[in-house]
Amino acid sequence: MRGFIFSDCGDFKIRYEQEAAIFPNDVGRLALGVFLIAWFLAVPMLAGPYLLALANLTGIAVIGATGLNLLTGYTGQITIGHGAFMGVGAYAAAVLAARAHLPFLIVIPLAGLAAAGVGAFFGIPSLRLKGLYLAIATLAAQFILEYVFLHWDWLTRGTSGFPVPTARVGRWAVTGERPFFWVIGAGVVLITWLQLNLVRTRVGRAFVAIRDNDRAAASIGIPLFGYKLLAFFLSAFMVGVAGALYAYYIGVVAPGRFSLELSIDYLAMGIVGGLGTVLGPVYGAVVITVLPEILRSLSQTLSGVFPNITTALNALRDVVFGIVIIAFLIFEPEGLADRWRVLRAYFKQWPFAY
Amino acid sequence: MTIFLQLVVTGVVVGMVYALAALGFVLIYKASRVINFAQGYFLALGAFGALAIAQLTHLPFILAVIVSIAGGALLGLLVERLLLRPMIGEPVIGVIMVTIGLAAVLRGGILLAWGAGNFGFPQLLPEAPLALGPLIVSPVHLGALGISLAFLAVFAFFFRNTTLGVAMRAVADDQQAAQSLGVSVRRIYAASWAIAAGVAAVAGVVVGSLNGLNASALSFIGLKVFPAVILGGLDSVPGAVIGGVTIGVLENLAGGYLDPLVGGGTKEVAPFVALVLVLMLRPYGLFGTVEIERV
Repeated sequence: MRGFIFSDCGDFKIRYEQEAAIFPNDVGRLALGVFLIAWFLAVPMLAGPYLLALANLTGIAVIGATGLNLLTGYTGQITIGHGAFMGVGAYAAAVLAARAHLPFLIVIPLAGLAAAGVGAFFGIPSLRLKGLYLAIATLAAQFILEYVFLHWDWLTRGTSGFPVPTARVGRWAVTGERPFFWVIGAGVVLITWLQLNLVRTRVGRAFVAIRDNDRAAASIGIPLFGYKLLAFFLSAFMVGVAGALYAYYIGVVAPGRFSLELSIDYLAMGIVGGLGTVLGPVYGAVVITVLPEILRSLSQTLSGVFPNITTALNALRDVVFGIVIIAFLIFEPEGLADRWRVLRAYFKQWPFAY
Repeated sequence: MTIFLQLVVTGVVVGMVYALAALGFVLIYKASRVINFAQGYFLALGAFGALAIAQLTHLPFILAVIVSIAGGALLGLLVERLLLRPMIGEPVIGVIMVTIGLAAVLRGGILLAWGAGNFGFPQLLPEAPLALGPLIVSPVHLGALGISLAFLAVFAFFFRNTTLGVAMRAVADDQQAAQSLGVSVRRIYAASWAIAAGVAAVAGVVVGSLNGLNASALSFIGLKVFPAVILGGLDSVPGAVIGGVTIGVLENLAGGYLDPLVGGGTKEVAPFVALVLVLMLRPYGLFGTVEIERV
């Protein structure tokens, strides 16, 4: 058994594996272990249902934003259709669970695959389009899918909503906030771990090469179309999983939820957290999910002074949301992940920084 | 047959509105390669602004409209200076997101000021419908058509015969060459945003007198602009007009003939299906510049 390695006072990497290691020393590994244990054991015991619900919604958002980040952050393909892809996952989960009576643990990946298929289909235009044109193509995907959710009645039950049966893992019925906290938390850990390792592989490096310069990538032998489709596929898979979890969690799938606003929310999470970083979506999802809740509690405390403020909450949310996006783009375009990196680098040598 | 003609006529009128909105959109794209997701909210703000000015100051309505258009242009200038200028050189996603953020702020602002309800709009023209042969056309429709055509004619003149218009085309064509001939690209960017927002205000007033005011309906036109400009070509002014009219006719025909078969909603989705088809078959639209990449 080797001893623990803590922060080196310098850069002593002599092999590529050390450079590529996720944890350069044991501090991060220990911190992550402690954090995960505390998160999965202490938080469900201490937090009330409101906080747990918030954590669950955030967790679902983290999974979706991680998916978007793979496509937009790592592969450089802008998407304004991820809200609808999430909807595909949610509806697939509802149909598979209610009509085909499949168990929870099989429904989730299948729903992800359904969303991935649809996502890859709408990724086909990326063969010829890029940048703005591709963004517009995915915008069209958003509207077409929304139309399908609303009008393909016999599959989606239209406006009346599609009830989803209770999730069961073996004999354990997943109902209520606390069981979902564990299930969604496990999903977040799994997806983040997948993402973290995916971007270190041959495929992940190909994605980054396509993002940085697609023509250069093609000239060194990366098949652009295949990798772009793969990126759409994997990204939509993740967001589809998020949709399936959401379907089980909420219990009813209705079309209004998977609108353009949701797609924009996901993009905003990417921007705020930092595109092209593994932990960026986590920070972004937390900010974008918690922000409206802070506004709500603020408006409740202020309702004595301004009696109309609660009715204007949605409008207020839009304004604040827009200002947050614009402020991040202008003042902090690399997102919170970059700020966190800078902060850590500063404190690494504090107080002896030169 | 009468139904068909009626649908086409309504479609052309609606399409002219799309064309007006698309015009501003294309103007911005041509000059600065920015896609403006907030175009619909410029429309809404122009229409609501005109209504508010008329109600608050008791000006004649036509004057209120003119003030509102000027206000829209000013807003466009401000947006360009405060939001887009810092984004020069940033990746595409950032530029798109800044206009999306702007759209969110404007939507929230409109909801805060006016709420989500419907508002009547003062009518400038008599409301009694006219019968043109078998077709029934309301004077408002004709007025909308007239205003749209007039503005399009003004633009054709502007781009062909004025210094600013020619300078704008020069910047769109080759930024560096234009700069070397002494054209101030910054001023062109600012002018394109001001004009685009002003034209959007006109389009908003036209829609307002056609259908009354509703924030979400008005802003949705900003999204219908996408099929129109993609069909016409993102950087083509005539393309914007033809694309706008085509999309207007298409959605009305789809609404008239397909809605009874599939149960509604085709009017909203048909333009986007067309958009995907155009992107797959002819990504640069009917009149857009084909970008050739050389390594």
